[in-house]
Amino acid sequence: MADEHPKAADANAPRPSFSRRSLFRGAGALAAGGAVADASRAAAAAAAPTAVRYVGMSEIELEINGAAQKVAVEPRTTLLNALRNHCTPPLTGAKLVCDRGSCGACTVLLDGQPVYSCMTLAIDAIGRKVTTVEGVAKGGELNEVQRAICEHDGSMCGFCTPGFVLSITACLERKPDASLDEIKHACAGNYCRCGTYPHLFDAALAAGRALRAKGGK
Amino acid sequence: MKAFELIQPKTLDAALEALPGARDPRAGKVKLLAGGQDLLGELKEHLIDPDQLVNLKALPGLDRIELGADGALTIGALVTLSRIEGEAAVRERCTALAEAAGAVGSLQIRNLGTLGGNLCQRPRCWYYRHEQAVCIKKGGSECFAYGGLNKYNAILGGGPSYIVHPSDVAPALVALEAQAVIRGKRGERKLPLEEFFTLPSEGSVLRENVLSSEEILTQVVVPAPVGSGWRSTYLKFRERGSYDFALSAVALRVALDAEQKIRDARLVLGGVAPIPWRCEKVEKALVGRKIDAATCEFAAKLALDGAEPLEHNAYKIMLTQALITKALRKLAAS
Repeated sequence: MADEHPKAADANAPRPSFSRRSLFRGAGALAAGGAVADASRAAAAAAAPTAVRYVGMSEIELEINGAAQKVAVEPRTTLLNALRNHCTPPLTGAKLVCDRGSCGACTVLLDGQPVYSCMTLAIDAIGRKVTTVEGVAKGGELNEVQRAICEHDGSMCGFCTPGFVLSITACLERKPDASLDEIKHACAGNYCRCGTYPHLFDAALAAGRALRAKGGK
Repeated sequence: MKAFELIQPKTLDAALEALPGARDPRAGKVKLLAGGQDLLGELKEHLIDPDQLVNLKALPGLDRIELGADGALTIGALVTLSRIEGEAAVRERCTALAEAAGAVGSLQIRNLGTLGGNLCQRPRCWYYRHEQAVCIKKGGSECFAYGGLNKYNAILGGGPSYIVHPSDVAPALVALEAQAVIRGKRGERKLPLEEFFTLPSEGSVLRENVLSSEEILTQVVVPAPVGSGWRSTYLKFRERGSYDFALSAVALRVALDAEQKIRDARLVLGGVAPIPWRCEKVEKALVGRKIDAATCEFAAKLALDGAEPLEHNAYKIMLTQALITKALRKLAAS
């Protein structure tokens, strides 16, 4: 996003301190512009903080694809932006397309549930398990959905594919015997401008069969 | 997005403390963040430019659905729409609400979008949503939809703004006689959800509800209806099959007696007015009637009496009438 800070500025971003990510108590601190007046007050607030405040750059820890990762973000940094531009290495599987929660190219899983990462603040993902398309293959093995999409030619330009992989994976995780209608419903928030839907849905049904054959749920 | 501070209060009191009073120069520069599915869009389009967001997600207790001993269902404002859709108690007791929650946006939106956020979301009118269009909802002097492209705008209750309220769950909850629980610095108030929403001609044209800048919508309570034979439904018509806002929607709750006659009814329309549009005349006239073709025709006609379509949205009259008929037939058969 053009109006956000360049990545270079983040690389050596300091850990949040009381002055940047301060803890405060009650209205006094806020009325004074939010500044924590002195160390003793900050310490008192830290004992029983009633609010956490993020100002400017802070380093936060996210759990991405099973591993903890420290990322420096602003409050306005979306999870999508954090994944693509602030992770090391960058996780570019989730795509920036509409940036308005309409197209589904940025879909990731939060605690196993599909969400639009462009409509999620990175800070709101703290304490939750983030799964991107990079995290679904295990030990270099594609998951059943990825494999089925390859076998059913379910991808043309490929831009929407990561989002579909995650929406279908989450759907089959909940219900491996999901019907075609249920799969369509689960994918209603993902768009494919190439129109590969029939192939994607065939792939999803095949992946469901494969999961059931493997004796999954 | 412009840079902002993010405040994450851990208690409701701390959240309220963070909200400036109406006369405070910071009023309007502090916004509440719940699921963010509408708010982030507003920020990205530069429709609002707050200095601070008060993130409600960490507030305890507002993410619960509770069934009271009296049968009332209390739903916290932070409960996500996908949870409402899937909750057995909601499906059984408040079918219209479960159906409405399931009709909101896409799964990705429902997984983050909250009940409170859905009720407080801002209009979708494309003039309102255009950064450069300073329409009457944004402090300008005219509603551009009135003489402009108004296919998606109001046919009932419009003027001086012709937005339609975009919420799906709002009409369903009004049909279920829900109450809104609002916390302010001076305590709590509870009012029928119907009175939560305001017409542009009644309240401020800049707002869609009675919530002040110092208040937080904390819960919605759906009371258990008295007697038996209750059933409800929410039907939504959208232009695009996958997911979309309603062109028109109907929330209907009826109680049928042993002879299948309507004992009580509540009919609320969505997508056609700046507020969930209650059809009280129809509700009264339905009592004592059986649901047959004549009743459907009569109710559908009466509900749209007084509709004043704009240049491009007269289709909403027939569409809404068809939805009313469909809803009545569905409940008669259920």
